[in-house]
Amino acid sequence: MTDAGSPIGRRVFLGLIGAGAAGVLVGSRVQDFLASHTPKALSILPIGDHFRFYTVTDGFPKRAPQDYRLTVKGLVERPFTMTYDELRAMPPTMLTKDFQCVTGWRVPGVHWTGVKLGDLLDKAGVQTAGKALRFTSFDGTYTESLTLEQARRNDVIVAYDLEGKPLSSDHGGPARLYVAPMYGYKSCKWLDGIEVVDHVIPGFWEDEGYDVDGWVGLSNGRDDQPTSS
Amino acid sequence: MSAKLQRFPRFDRLERVVHWCNATLFLILLLTGASLYAGPLSTIVAHRHAVKTIHVYAGLLLPLPLLLGLLLPAGRQLRRDVGRFNRWTADDRRWWSRRTRARAQLGKFNPGQKLNAVFVGASIVLMLATGSIMRWFEPFPNSIRTGATFVHDWVFISLIFVIVGHIMFAFADFDSLRSMVRGWVPEQWARRERPRWWAEVVAARSESGEGSGGASGDVEAGRDEGVGKARVGAGEMPVGD
Repeated sequence: MTDAGSPIGRRVFLGLIGAGAAGVLVGSRVQDFLASHTPKALSILPIGDHFRFYTVTDGFPKRAPQDYRLTVKGLVERPFTMTYDELRAMPPTMLTKDFQCVTGWRVPGVHWTGVKLGDLLDKAGVQTAGKALRFTSFDGTYTESLTLEQARRNDVIVAYDLEGKPLSSDHGGPARLYVAPMYGYKSCKWLDGIEVVDHVIPGFWEDEGYDVDGWVGLSNGRDDQPTSS
Repeated sequence: MSAKLQRFPRFDRLERVVHWCNATLFLILLLTGASLYAGPLSTIVAHRHAVKTIHVYAGLLLPLPLLLGLLLPAGRQLRRDVGRFNRWTADDRRWWSRRTRARAQLGKFNPGQKLNAVFVGASIVLMLATGSIMRWFEPFPNSIRTGATFVHDWVFISLIFVIVGHIMFAFADFDSLRSMVRGWVPEQWARRERPRWWAEVVAARSESGEGSGGASGDVEAGRDEGVGKARVGAGEMPVGD
């Protein structure tokens, strides 16, 4: 065999590695460009403007609206449990904000409808000893926390509609927390309990290493554009 | 003549073990990766935490079979075949065009197989590097993390096509597919499909002499598999049929 050939395999190999390295360096800009120039129908492609569904337990917990209950308890004057219809009957708040995940994906301009968390707290009457909130999920595992001050912001709601439609189970329905200025993990899905406590108890994802105060762009070593000011 | 059912060694045991370890790890990684990546799938599979753990460990294991195979003394033929992936001959160029394909006297691998091997090899490096950035993200700035995810996602999409293609081509040529299981192809297949490789092996056999063990990795592999007895001398076979 006199024809040993040319080392094209090596060139292709190194070319692919080089292209990958370039992709790591400029991929974030390319992705922004693709996200703003491609139709939503192509969102299965990795162009980064769609929700990725995370659950921490065995499957997605399902609860029909008629079986849904939200309990507010702990250091409050008037603890209560309300139904889905009672929640919907409260004065609604609408927010249109980007949804930013700590893992990098961001969905622009998501339209949420829900009840201000502050309104629910006022309904229950927080005692002076109450300093923080602990949220629980009917999946039995997901927990979250906020300080009382964070919870009283106008962009923190218990959401029941997404894009004008009732919140589906994979999005955390029938109702979930939506903390607009913070990374997605703070927005406890499948919310069924709000407990007023005297200090912050880190939740599920904080135990996994994420920051307790999950401000978008100011935590978890990330510098994303803030989602809500 | 007797050559009809001759066993012609193609992949030695180490190569086959490496191949199937890789295949298993790739399958696990693609399935767990798909369920981490695709919205509809991830809602069915759930268990995100467990799936992620499996994905990370399988990913860390991924380079090991190939690296071990390349480093072990028994990996002689594997190293030689990797060298074959590198070298592209004039016949390989002929193969790409339908018009000239019939005239292409191929070596052990066709150019498609070479590209497949090179792409899969490069993707192991890329997926390991970008996956590590995604998993141990703390020291990296935001844009690098997003860039790593971007590359990881696109290599994943490409791998699906490459691997599905690889499997389809394998099933289209059953002798070839079976040689990754039992190690040999019928000699007729080698003469017909890979004439240059067939001639190479036969020439090496005649150099080393019948049954006395050879210098060529392929011939040695033949002895390892206990098919040495079935071998015929090059003199009985016209080279370059």
